[in-house]
Amino acid sequence: MHKRAMSETPSRSAFAGPKDYFALLKPRVMSLVIFTALVGMVASIADGAEIHPGLAAISLLAIAVGAGASGALNMWWDADIDSVMVRTISRPIPQGLVPKSEAAGFGMLLSALSVALLALSSNYVAAGLLAFTIFFYVVIYSMWLKRSTPQNIVIGGAAGALPPVVAWAAASGAAPLDAWILFLIIFLWTPPHFWALALYREGDYARAGVPMMPNVAGEESTKRQIFVYAIMLAASGVAPYATGLGGLVYLAVSSAFGAGFLVLSWRVLKSPPKSKEAPKQLFAFSILYLFALFAALLVEDLFALYV
Amino acid sequence: MSDAELSPEARKRRGQRNVAIALGLGAFVLIVFIVTILKISGNIGGA
Repeated sequence: MHKRAMSETPSRSAFAGPKDYFALLKPRVMSLVIFTALVGMVASIADGAEIHPGLAAISLLAIAVGAGASGALNMWWDADIDSVMVRTISRPIPQGLVPKSEAAGFGMLLSALSVALLALSSNYVAAGLLAFTIFFYVVIYSMWLKRSTPQNIVIGGAAGALPPVVAWAAASGAAPLDAWILFLIIFLWTPPHFWALALYREGDYARAGVPMMPNVAGEESTKRQIFVYAIMLAASGVAPYATGLGGLVYLAVSSAFGAGFLVLSWRVLKSPPKSKEAPKQLFAFSILYLFALFAALLVEDLFALYV
Repeated sequence: MSDAELSPEARKRRGQRNVAIALGLGAFVLIVFIVTILKISGNIGGA
């Protein structure tokens, strides 16, 4: 054992259980990834792709593990930031439960295994896209953009938007326009979602030195940009109907929720300075928005496939 | 760190970590095996 470790009194890491390592995978983000990837995969199958259900399930597992691995690598890289933010201070590394080096090793191991498993269970296009997603999230977003520009989550959002494309490719071996429309919806959803959060957690990000839009461009500018993104999101939200990816149910759901998103963004725009209520409402609704649109697509595709 | 230096709680957690690693490795082997079988049977079916 390393000399330094020998001389230490038993650290908190001796008390880390499996659930602390599981927490490194950002389970809540992982559940969203599984859901959006599932929708991408089912849409691909409804579009004519053929994949054995067992291989489809294993491919989804590989995508989820890949997302978890990038979460662990993000926690390794951002341990210093996480230890000063209220939102992240209870994570395993700031709590001293998991050493940084172990989080790095854990993340790299799972990255390699998830990409290899996806290559085995589906194809190299999907595996390559998953590897790119992990690289983009860890290197482009976490290591480079997050601390250097308020556009961090705008560009970095591409990583969170890729899982349905990866899953589509896993089932079909290709990534057609419809897959990229799903990407576009999540990509345009990310900035208003995180900026709404940043508006009522502004102090948190400022203390950590993360250049989020509210503490760089100011509250008013952020609110305007949220509204602009809401307009683009509401418009792109109905795009699947135009291409035939979504049907009438999807059109109704995406129109209603898009209108809701616009109304709440308008309320944020018109809310008084430092008011936290409107951004909180928008943040909560944004999660519901994404879930509703993807659930509508899933229901329509399952209905078309099995009913 | 030797066993004697670990508290019973720390030893219990270490055991849990070991079991989790074993289960994870076992699951990975099993999954690769299942993928192999499904791929082979798919090819036979498609031949």
